[in-house]
Amino acid sequence: MSKIKSLSDLRKLREELKSSLELRENAESADAVVQVKIGMATSGIASGAREIFNFFAEELPKRRIKAIVTQTGDMGYKYAEPLVMITIPGKDSVVFGEVDIKKADEIIEKYIKEGELVNGVVPKSYQTI
Amino acid sequence: MTKINQHILTCGGTGCRASESKILAARLKEELKDSEISQNVKVVESGCFGFCEKGPIVKILPDNTFYTQVKPKDAKEIVEEHILKGRKVERLLFRDPNTNELIDESKSMGFYKKQIRIATRNCGFIDPENIGEYVAREGYEALGKALFELEPADIIKTVKDSGMRGRGGGGFPTGFKWELTAKSESDKKYVVCNADEGDPGAFMDRSILEGDPHSVLEAMAICGFAVGADEGLIYIRAEYPLAIERLKIAIKQAEDVGVIGDDILGSGFNFNISLKYGAGAFVCGEETALIHSMEGLRGEPTLKPPFPAERGFFDKPTNVNNVETFANIPAIINKGAEWYASVGTEKSKGTKVFALAGKINNVGLIEVPMGTTLREVIFDIGGGIKDGKKFKAVQTGGPSGGCLTEKHLDTPIDFDNLLAIGSMMGSGGMVVLDEDDCMVSMAKFYLEFTVEESCGKCAPCRIGNKRLLETLEKITNGNGTMDDLDLLRIQGGVIKDTSLCGLGQTSPNPILSTLDNFWDEYVEHVEENKCRAGQCKSMLKYVIIEDECVGCTACARVCPTGAITGNKKEVHFITQDLCIKCGACMDKCNFESIELIA
Ligand SMILES: Cc1cc2nc3c(=O)[nH]c(=O)nc-3n(C[C@H](O)[C@H](O)[C@H](O)COP(=O)(O)O)c2cc1C
Repeated sequence: MSKIKSLSDLRKLREELKSSLELRENAESADAVVQVKIGMATSGIASGAREIFNFFAEELPKRRIKAIVTQTGDMGYKYAEPLVMITIPGKDSVVFGEVDIKKADEIIEKYIKEGELVNGVVPKSYQTI
Repeated sequence: MTKINQHILTCGGTGCRASESKILAARLKEELKDSEISQNVKVVESGCFGFCEKGPIVKILPDNTFYTQVKPKDAKEIVEEHILKGRKVERLLFRDPNTNELIDESKSMGFYKKQIRIATRNCGFIDPENIGEYVAREGYEALGKALFELEPADIIKTVKDSGMRGRGGGGFPTGFKWELTAKSESDKKYVVCNADEGDPGAFMDRSILEGDPHSVLEAMAICGFAVGADEGLIYIRAEYPLAIERLKIAIKQAEDVGVIGDDILGSGFNFNISLKYGAGAFVCGEETALIHSMEGLRGEPTLKPPFPAERGFFDKPTNVNNVETFANIPAIINKGAEWYASVGTEKSKGTKVFALAGKINNVGLIEVPMGTTLREVIFDIGGGIKDGKKFKAVQTGGPSGGCLTEKHLDTPIDFDNLLAIGSMMGSGGMVVLDEDDCMVSMAKFYLEFTVEESCGKCAPCRIGNKRLLETLEKITNGNGTMDDLDLLRIQGGVIKDTSLCGLGQTSPNPILSTLDNFWDEYVEHVEENKCRAGQCKSMLKYVIIEDECVGCTACARVCPTGAITGNKKEVHFITQDLCIKCGACMDKCNFESIELIA
């Protein structure tokens, strides 16, 4: 790091550095941020879950949404993998199935940002964890 | 570039390092190196998480998984199962000792629920060796604000209004001390950070310095600007090598980026910080003794006034504050006096860091708002007494403090309340005692410590404490009389009234408070020659169980004083007057036919 020569330089530097701690800070206030859980058991990974995981992990901070993206093991209802569970603070969790990049983008833009449900929700009655 | 989406935090504090946490961190990095997602995971060696009982701790973020007692050999499984597949490693999760429940994330641990972290806000969160992480957490913002947006008088007013009181033990209002130093006229002034931390069992200051050294450096510079000092000294005991190393790294980094040193942030204000090492004498934590030790003189106290704020290091005005006091300052400047004053009780604002030790389930470091009750600390956060035993007392304030009992459990903890019930806050050590602890022995332990640590300058402390200890030993040896119990109070009173410094003025406290709260136990020692906890050796009797003894003679042969008699193949006998209670006979006996009775 080079010399910081003024208070405004310090503040600029902080803004740049903030992203490196964002993940930890969001985790600290887990109940107040959007939680995204991706099923990453072997079958989930085989169906492309890692790609979806990376997409959420990269895009959410980019789009300035405070969220924590975690992986979890088997989520059940394997027929619909990759599975993504979204929990918006104060709301019940919703599970989306057969999520690809396009769907993931739609989930962020519509459901997370606007609260509007999109197609692909795995109905509760089928959820057998 | 792929983005980092998981952080693995390991504890890099002294406690966990002693259990190989450094090797563990290296192992984790190694395991990750060969994995397909090595680019997405970051391993951070942070400071103390506080949950020392079950260290080394590994915390995985963002899911807040909290692994305990992790060994280097567990690194492979954590990476392969948790990091790669999202499956928690159950055997490393924390199991609540009271409910037997497996807890998979730190947020739902009773230990953390009631804590509020201000002084330790960055401990166990950032990498203490990376100034960038400190800056990202508003680090040096308070200093910047102080230099460019506030006048020294504003800073002092903020600290005063916050209600901050010194965490070094005395609870002196910090803002008033700064004002006093600011008003002292001189061509040179100093800011000193007291990192001597001499209380047995205390490690709050060490953990702050190891986990967040920049918070202390930043606060010292703010203090320097407020009081008109351009030089800071940190007096730290040489037994704290890791804290020293982290401070050195922090000072170097802070100088390199220009937040410590000359012309800080282009403001024209200079403030340099250096370290001074102590040899770990308790009395050198007393501020005047500390200053003399730094001057190269004997670590002996001198009478106050003059206060260091008027005449301190090399006779120049010197503002001495404790590590934890300083660690609070940047938060107070950033968030304001009102915010800080909203936490705590009427006369004790903010939080206090405590080191929990003794017979408690969750030994460790905690930070709670002032006003939290002892019950909440011991039972909710501390998880209650070990092995289902009964709570007996809690010792607060170290060698200067006292013992509190069941009836004090619902007292809200603050400076004044603790004094009112015969103990004190001290620096924040809290030792929990159970039914197996003897209160007279406990008082003796602390007094032995003060006798050892007395500098010898004044007679009441040097000689008085020795006499006091002799009286106490007479009692624990089973030779005490009821008059001796009165004598303890008389001797204690004189020592308190006439000693030169805080060491002697408080050294009788552990005895006086146990006399008040555990009078019956003292009387039992004197009148019945009985120690109910079985800790006073001289009151115990080794006896041979007649039905069990086979007359093998092993005990008689090993007894160093010839106290055991008996013929071969006949029951043996111990002559109590000759027995020195060494226990050699009991160790030697193969038939478990020797017992110890109270
Ligand atoms: C025997 C004795 C030991 C002390 N040890 C310490 C210590 O280890 N650390 C500390 O900060 N203050 C210690 N103090 C208190 C200091 O004298 C001083 O009051 C304190 O450092 C001031 O800082 P504060 O106002 O921030 O609490 C001790 C006092 C006495 C009498």
